[in-house]
Amino acid sequence: MTGPSAAEPQDMRDMFRSMLLIRRFEEKASEEYMAGRIGGFLHLAIGEEAAVVGTVSAMRADDPLTSTYREHGQALARGTDPRVVMAELLGRSTGLCGGRGGSMHLMDRSRSFYGGYGIVGGSVPLGLGLAYAIRYRGGDQVSVTMFGDGATNQGVVAECFNMAGLWDLPIVFLILNNQYGMGTSLEHASAEEDLYPRAEAYGIPAWKVDGMDVMAVRGAVAEATRMAREERSPVCVELLAYRYRGHSMSDPDTVRDAEEKERWRLRDPLITFERVLLGEAVMTADDISAMTAEVEEQVEDAATFAEQSPEVPVGELADGVYANPFNDDARGGALMR
Amino acid sequence: MSTDAAKPVAYRDALNQALREELARDPDVFLLGEDIAGFDGAFKVTRGLLEEFGPERVVDTPITEAGFTGLAIGAAMTGLRPVVEIMTVNFAILAMDQIVNNAAKIHYMFGGQVSVPIVIRMPGGGGHQLSSQHSQTLDSWFAHVPGLKVVCPSTPEDAKGLLKTAIRDDDPVIFIENEGLYGKKGPVGGPDDLIPFGQAVVRRAGTHCTVIAHSRMVWVALQAAEELAAQGIEVEVIDPRTFRPLDLDTLAGSVRRTGHAVIVDEGWPEYGISAGLATHLYEACFDWIDAPIGRVNCADVPMPYAKNLEQAALPQPADVVAAVLANIGRGVS
Repeated sequence: MTGPSAAEPQDMRDMFRSMLLIRRFEEKASEEYMAGRIGGFLHLAIGEEAAVVGTVSAMRADDPLTSTYREHGQALARGTDPRVVMAELLGRSTGLCGGRGGSMHLMDRSRSFYGGYGIVGGSVPLGLGLAYAIRYRGGDQVSVTMFGDGATNQGVVAECFNMAGLWDLPIVFLILNNQYGMGTSLEHASAEEDLYPRAEAYGIPAWKVDGMDVMAVRGAVAEATRMAREERSPVCVELLAYRYRGHSMSDPDTVRDAEEKERWRLRDPLITFERVLLGEAVMTADDISAMTAEVEEQVEDAATFAEQSPEVPVGELADGVYANPFNDDARGGALMR
Repeated sequence: MSTDAAKPVAYRDALNQALREELARDPDVFLLGEDIAGFDGAFKVTRGLLEEFGPERVVDTPITEAGFTGLAIGAAMTGLRPVVEIMTVNFAILAMDQIVNNAAKIHYMFGGQVSVPIVIRMPGGGGHQLSSQHSQTLDSWFAHVPGLKVVCPSTPEDAKGLLKTAIRDDDPVIFIENEGLYGKKGPVGGPDDLIPFGQAVVRRAGTHCTVIAHSRMVWVALQAAEELAAQGIEVEVIDPRTFRPLDLDTLAGSVRRTGHAVIVDEGWPEYGISAGLATHLYEACFDWIDAPIGRVNCADVPMPYAKNLEQAALPQPADVVAAVLANIGRGVS
């Protein structure tokens, strides 16, 4: 049950470019991490580019998007400058969030990307609240909230399915099922391995698509957002996908079966989409080489920009705890001064 | 509003006035919570608001605290001003992930791109034989967290004026009422009388000992002050009103004058409000105090059901009297 994809050749080229950018950006981020310039957790979405780009390409620019901590791709696909994303990963003052969030907490409100969140399942009610605000103001946007297979076992996600179904909120729940919650496989964590029926239990139309096929994802999300926009119904789509790296850079990925990984490698969304582009004569091999070189240059530029950006002044440590601050105490304390 | 201002209003109705006035003033304000619309709220704070403002702005939710608190935070990120009622603070524990990991963090963590102008109202406190799961005072849980503002009104006037300030504030405000205060009557301000955060108030002036108390404990402290006055001891009762921000200057100024301090806190003694205030006062007043700071807290036990046990667990005026006498008796002045 995928809807009309209606992608023009230019849309397809843009989608491929976006997928390439995410792949190359994350490979570069991995190098930066190994070089010690990125700290904390770094969760790569390599392998999941089709799910991310297919989703974003089917959304309107003013449809709010929320995500998990694996969200570099969402920011890039939404059009945020790779320079400020990389600078945020490096914790620099030029970073998207001023070095306060890091890899897990990117937000670009100017592009209606309402953020990446670090508590599994915890961002889903925020996406629901964005949908609530749309309805409250009489808008025609649709809130799209992406979360993983692991989140579907959190109680708050069930709470959100219930309220969305109860109040017919304009939201698309996107379960990006990469089949592992950190190192625990879906079959070890979920009583039922199909996840979308959980939304159906609350009266929400739901289905599953191939999350490695960017055109299939785009078609499904286009149909889901159309239903949410026009029929005022919440929708749930499960995207079956696979990540090629461990949970984060600190995960050596020794648990997952090598044969399984190899099987999914054959379905690499960039390679399969490249075949489509060549087969349908949307791009030539030369076009692809040129685009790849351009993207690689853009990523190198982003890394150079980030590395050369200044650190955040320590004197700004306590700035921004409150929108209406009541002290200038550098310890961030509660006292009136 | 001068005629209205003269008329005593119950704490619950003062809150109701604040909600009604702010709903009328700002279309971005809406209320949600369990049983707040058709049922008028578990404590009748939202009485009549459904009829006046309709179901889009006075919203009954399912029993789903984490979900609807998170929903309100998400809506607030777009500039709406949701006022959430959590039936009691005990149920806010279910929403702590949303409050602490989302509401308190979002402005800072995303570099100030959005704020979260939400108010979460809920009563705390014990005294109604509701046993362990319905009688807690958890003010310190919230006051511990940078990014939240924490308000604990003790009078109808403060309930109204501070709630109006909370609704207009751009940060997440935890607004902790008290089940024992809803019927308390007193004067209230008019529609434009906002009470700023971070201003402690002297409830009773005195010279011998400073007694710091908030929420329902203000009334316990004032009763103790009456009994002490009969013995010729004049205590100064100060109500901090808000813990984030905290008006330490007013508290410390009084303690420096009296040389003695007793903190009355319905919460538990370990690592809580009284412990935090005592630390601040030791740091600010070490050279002025004549005795270790006294504390009167809820007993360090889960709240029991039996009436005699519950009363023994909760701070009583006699406990405050004893603490003040002990404090003054130990002093050198």
